[in-house]
Amino acid sequence: MAQAAAHDHHDEHHDEHHEHQNFFQRWVMSTNHKDIGTLYLVFSLLMFFIGGSFAMVIRAELFKPGMQLVQPYFFNEMTTMHALVMIFGAVMPAFVGLGNWMIPMMVGAPDMALPRMNNLSFWILPFAFALMLSTLFLPGGGPAGGWTMYPPLSLQSASTAYVVFAIHLMGISSIMGAINIIATILNMRAPGMDLLKMPVFVWSWLITAFLLIAVMPVLAGAVTMLLTDKYFNTHFFDAAGGGDPILFQHVFWFFGHPEVYIMILPAFGIISEIIPTFARKPIFGYKAMVFAIASIAFLSFIVWAHHMFAVGLPLGAEIFFMYATMLIAVPTGVKVFNWVATMWGGSMTFETPMLFAISFVILFSIGGFSGLMLALVPADFQYHDTYFVVAHFHYVLVTGAIFAIMAATYYWIPKWTGHMYSEFWGKVHFWNSVVWVNVLFFPQHFLGLAGMPRRIPDYNVAFANFNMISSIGGFLFGASQLIFLGVIIHCVWFSKKKATDRVWEGARGLEWTLSSPPPHHSFSIAPEIHDEELAHGHVED
Amino acid sequence: MRAGGIGKHGIRFRAKHAVGALGLMALGLFGGTVQANPQPGQLNLTPGVTTYSHVPYMLNNVALGVCVVIGILVFGAMFIAMFRFRKSRGAVPEKWSHNTTVEIIWTVIPVIILITLAWLATDGLRQFSDTTGSQMTVKVTGYQWKWRYDYVDYQGKPLHVDFMSRLDDQSNATRQLNSGLDPWAVKSDGEQTYLLNVDHPLVVPIHTKIRFVITADDVIHSWFVPALGWKMDAIPGVINAAWTNINEPGIYRGQCAELCGQDHGFMPIVVKAVSQEDFAKWLAAQQKPAAAPAPASTAAAPAQATAQVAAAHATQG
Repeated sequence: MAQAAAHDHHDEHHDEHHEHQNFFQRWVMSTNHKDIGTLYLVFSLLMFFIGGSFAMVIRAELFKPGMQLVQPYFFNEMTTMHALVMIFGAVMPAFVGLGNWMIPMMVGAPDMALPRMNNLSFWILPFAFALMLSTLFLPGGGPAGGWTMYPPLSLQSASTAYVVFAIHLMGISSIMGAINIIATILNMRAPGMDLLKMPVFVWSWLITAFLLIAVMPVLAGAVTMLLTDKYFNTHFFDAAGGGDPILFQHVFWFFGHPEVYIMILPAFGIISEIIPTFARKPIFGYKAMVFAIASIAFLSFIVWAHHMFAVGLPLGAEIFFMYATMLIAVPTGVKVFNWVATMWGGSMTFETPMLFAISFVILFSIGGFSGLMLALVPADFQYHDTYFVVAHFHYVLVTGAIFAIMAATYYWIPKWTGHMYSEFWGKVHFWNSVVWVNVLFFPQHFLGLAGMPRRIPDYNVAFANFNMISSIGGFLFGASQLIFLGVIIHCVWFSKKKATDRVWEGARGLEWTLSSPPPHHSFSIAPEIHDEELAHGHVED
Repeated sequence: MRAGGIGKHGIRFRAKHAVGALGLMALGLFGGTVQANPQPGQLNLTPGVTTYSHVPYMLNNVALGVCVVIGILVFGAMFIAMFRFRKSRGAVPEKWSHNTTVEIIWTVIPVIILITLAWLATDGLRQFSDTTGSQMTVKVTGYQWKWRYDYVDYQGKPLHVDFMSRLDDQSNATRQLNSGLDPWAVKSDGEQTYLLNVDHPLVVPIHTKIRFVITADDVIHSWFVPALGWKMDAIPGVINAAWTNINEPGIYRGQCAELCGQDHGFMPIVVKAVSQEDFAKWLAAQQKPAAAPAPASTAAAPAQATAQVAAAHATQG
């Protein structure tokens, strides 16, 4: 790779060089951060639609009371697979894809530090998901015990081994991706790109990568214990053999809560790039933003049991985890306030990335508010495992993580492809998404407060009206994503409008100094860093 | 001493209750009178019917109020910024990107708000966690997919009453895939009880501190009745404790709240709270057959229970 980089000083020369590759060599054997980033993003989009189709089945069955479409067991398979596919297949690979594409360009590197490992970490994923999704077509069906896989229920499933091995593969992929990102950020920065001059997105990924390395092995351990409990007669989680079903929950959520932040910290980074660009004003409190991300990452390790308030924890533990959880509101609040302060006194325009970023700030905050309410243990005894929780985590994951990914796509796709997307259709996509996602998820707060449990295929008629509204929102939100697909296809293959190198008037940072599309190896020669050209380096705090 | 403690909290929370309720009505968040069981269009938690259930209700209202106020301030500032600082209005971007004073302010103020909420929540949690001084013990056991209730003791005397409680036949017939039956037609006592009714409800006395010991026999379940104000997981190999003290007679409905397999959505919970006199009568009726050779728990005792709670089933198919 280093040799190739040394030879490819000139883009056009270089592109000719790569035309010799056939399709297989270009995509399957690629060691290029942009190609692998593209693979991750395409894979993520595919999984987004597969996971979304499961959600459509769920919302269709819940459209009205009574069982009309599927058997309860299949419904449980859908809720389980929807979560697994969306978390491990859509959101996480999308962030890895964005990191792959942007981190080398943002820090002034030619490529990722470990390009072959990069290839491997991507190509594991299709196999992991083939293994997991195949269970839906096998005798006994797919996993139906929820994505949290709580034993003893999860051990009743015939697909435990498939799912455990699939999760092992995903974990290996994530750990390798994380190692690569850390190695790139720590070793491949251009001279003068100090850590505290890096874009917030790069910072957010550096911290996220450490979270991944810390917790993916924990998940692997937990699911391995499930496997040996089921097939090798161990009794880690079997009370009859001296084990403890709650032990699994502790271990799982020690992974699971940092995992939640793995899915949102890179989103914070993306929003922190987009808002300054379209406000034409440097981000407010750069160091506070970085410090807030680090604080949230630290706190994520000491709040896991707030997912378990109803398991009968001792009073002292409930109080500790409640206080620690509430503390997260402080750095999260700082981030939201800083985004608003970045807008204040700016000169704003509202292109599609900015629209998604603004809706992120509002809707993610609503998810944060319900998160604060959930932290209050006595109130959580009512909210826990109801639709209030479903509404909460879909606000932070759909209008949080996924909106940030969409914002990032609109923000960077002109740079990736060299073409502008259709602003009109981007806005059509945005307005449809933001309206229907609220029709979809806001009524679920009311359902939860009224006492509707989550993960049920049918419900009392008192819950009928809000479920129908939610389902209508769900179908239309799902359909709106076809517009997203259309905008991307148009931009990649049909758009006639060339993107400039800068793309956005207010864009700052090294990635915008490259051509659109950028050369195969981003910075063959380390760029000279001029502070006023950086997104954040000239900031005096 | 205990009664005094409860009374003190009762008074304090009633005052807060009134303030919170007024504030929320002003926000238009309440739709009509508040009911114990889920209502169509219900927008908020139920205040519940027990000496404790106002705690989560109040905490919910206070926290929601705090969130709404912060939301209005933050999103309000954001919308003002979006209208004032538009390029199309000729806004010129300013250069500043830092202000220590405001950063300290918006770090400290949330901390103060959080401390207040934490204090309220801790107080409520302390009440909930005190299961001492109970006058009755009921053991709740979760099974795939039904509940078993064992009446362990009442007013210091051991009891031998136990039965299984599962989804009522009418709901069960209606909930089959493409049954063609109308969920709206499932009624009991004029209430629409589709999936929220059982063959044998848990009958308990009002004005009695009841301690529940909760466990499970196969997988994890969760015993959840919103009107009581809490849920508690039922975990095999673990015995959890919780308590309630119901103020008003009535039928309070809930559901299993922890995914427990294919019929997780079909194992409701019904608590029938009756006066202490009625409970004594019910209990006597239960114990008569128990004095003879102990009945199979699911057969004889529930037959009696059915007679006692005939009203609850009168309208069933």
